[in-house]
Amino acid sequence: MIDRKPSLAVWKFASCDGCQLTLLDCEDELLAVAEQIDIAYFLEATRATVEGPYDVSLVEGSITTAGDMERIKEVRRQSRFLITIGACATSGGIQALRNFGDVEELMRIVYATPSFLSTLDTSTPISDHVPVDFELRGCPIDRNQLLEVISAYLAGRKPAIGEHSVCIECKQRHNTCVMVSHGTPCLGPVTHAGCGALCPTFHRGCYGCFGPAEQANVKSMSGALAQLGVSPDEIQRLFHTFNAWSEEFRNPPVQVAAPTRKTP
Amino acid sequence: MTHRASGSRALSTGALARVEGEGAMHVEIVDGKVADVQLNIYEPPRFFEGFLRGRGYAEPADITARICGICPVAYQMSACAAIEDALGVTVDGPLHELRTLLYCGEWIESHTLHIHFLHAPDFLGFDGGVEMAAVHRPLVERGLEVKKIGNQILETIGGRAIHPVNVKVGGFYRVPSRRELEPLRNDLVRGLEMSIEIVDWVSGFDFPDQEMDYEFVSTAHPTEYPIMGDRVVSDRGLDIDVAEFLDHVEEYQVEHSTALQAHLLERGEYLVGPLARYSLFSDRLAPAAAETAQRAGLGPTCHNPFRSIIVRAVEVVHAFETAIAVIDRWEQPAQAAVEVVPRAGIGHGVTEAPRGLLYHRYEIDNEGLIADAVITPPTSQNQATIEHDLWHFVENHLHLDDEELRQRAEVTIRNHDPCISCATHFLDLTVVRE
Repeated sequence: MIDRKPSLAVWKFASCDGCQLTLLDCEDELLAVAEQIDIAYFLEATRATVEGPYDVSLVEGSITTAGDMERIKEVRRQSRFLITIGACATSGGIQALRNFGDVEELMRIVYATPSFLSTLDTSTPISDHVPVDFELRGCPIDRNQLLEVISAYLAGRKPAIGEHSVCIECKQRHNTCVMVSHGTPCLGPVTHAGCGALCPTFHRGCYGCFGPAEQANVKSMSGALAQLGVSPDEIQRLFHTFNAWSEEFRNPPVQVAAPTRKTP
Repeated sequence: MTHRASGSRALSTGALARVEGEGAMHVEIVDGKVADVQLNIYEPPRFFEGFLRGRGYAEPADITARICGICPVAYQMSACAAIEDALGVTVDGPLHELRTLLYCGEWIESHTLHIHFLHAPDFLGFDGGVEMAAVHRPLVERGLEVKKIGNQILETIGGRAIHPVNVKVGGFYRVPSRRELEPLRNDLVRGLEMSIEIVDWVSGFDFPDQEMDYEFVSTAHPTEYPIMGDRVVSDRGLDIDVAEFLDHVEEYQVEHSTALQAHLLERGEYLVGPLARYSLFSDRLAPAAAETAQRAGLGPTCHNPFRSIIVRAVEVVHAFETAIAVIDRWEQPAQAAVEVVPRAGIGHGVTEAPRGLLYHRYEIDNEGLIADAVITPPTSQNQATIEHDLWHFVENHLHLDDEELRQRAEVTIRNHDPCISCATHFLDLTVVRE
């Protein structure tokens, strides 16, 4: 039997290219990875393509067109493991803000002749369309987590990616809590870990780009934000960014509380 | 498709590779003449300008970064410049310098990626950078090392390379101490040496003779090689304040593209990016970059799009020198940001993304919410020129068979490092020969 290298394919749907760029940003590991696996389809990096099926498919981006609804099914059919990379593929991305409004109106704002466009009313995660084997969070994904996920699937084990919140990462870094000490609104308590608590380390509140943590208590978070004097509109906007269409962040309960501090 | 030696023909490919985003090109040849060339951009629209309405003035820096994972800093910088203009805020001194340093990180990372992974394989006959590494491993490793140093700047100042978290209207959330920047300086000095070697390497490639008649447009700064600035200039007399940008540049929609195109109202298509910046401001390059450019055989201007790879490499040298100079002058300011008070206003901002001029305009209401947003990315502005280049190239190479024509036409497009994620927000080739 021929000892074949496992094959990797990278697919793009509606997205900014940042998550697949993360693979090219693994400068120290990229050439080593390329020796162990066969990069069979990765258009951003090479024009050479190999026909499927593929052992591992990394999928970036969300589904926003009728054509892409069909394409993702073909990707699934061709892939042994399908892993979504990033907030667009995992929860619909920033472009899922259209799901809350009128896509016709958005088209008119940006394009003179909207009739040239064919787009769906919604931006939806890959898991709404096909079964997904693993969802890697982040806007963008973290380089080390990506390497862990690829290594795990190539070795046939489960990726060691925690589902705890950014708060735990802050504690690990011995950060001072920006919310408690400075009254800075921070989504750390409800946000999935993986970035290494970057924002609090840079003296700003977490803005939730990794999406909801396991068992995120969004109601309690909203209450705490209201206590800081964050207005209901602002609370809604805080949740409605790159993971707005995730189930937990979709309809954050907003309540009006007596402001104790002015928000920056 | 089958090549027919004479008369009319049709040809098509799958998605174009080694560009950022999704698109296609379509060429129609009728009776041995090019009848139509279209850069089809089918990257799905994401409507950023639409959903920015009603967001707070502090939000576009993070939201618009998501237009492009390759040049998020450019979006953050143009957004901040425009909003600061609307709010009457001036960011200068060390905070401006730190922005320049962060931006140098993005130029180094993006240009080095394009040189090694997207463009050089075309000149050396490889499908991509990884395939090139199998033969020229040390060259690709050197490129990756330089790229990594660019990313280290982004990570040190911005927290991460893609969608940095530290940029805000008024400046930064946190500014680094001198001690934090010191280790970076050693890497930058090593990066500068390697970047000079890269210019010498790419200047030895075989370049077709193709001088194009471009109008070059760039951001202008009073004294510096353009990265950030407040005027927009061209080599044919355009010299306007950023606020007048939309009086001179018209964006329009074409049926074959989800990216808007742009032209100069008085004169039509134009080119932004490294060739434009270099041709307008080569006399302002830092000393090693200027010397390296001369050794590479570049004159004061460059109209050959294939040689843009040398210009990008020269700009990487310039970015290293600029970054080192910023660190050498660095004195940590007491405040990480200038105080910002929301008010109603309209503001305009231009900065130079690696691919060229990026314009933002925001209208802000008296509660600090965005009433209207306009974003004009470099690839939208270059799209008509890229189509023109394609037309010119195909017309002069009709004798090639379809496969070779397709491959070389792709290079014509990659010369301009188009970013389709930006432009629509790129590429199949269809050639129809009738």
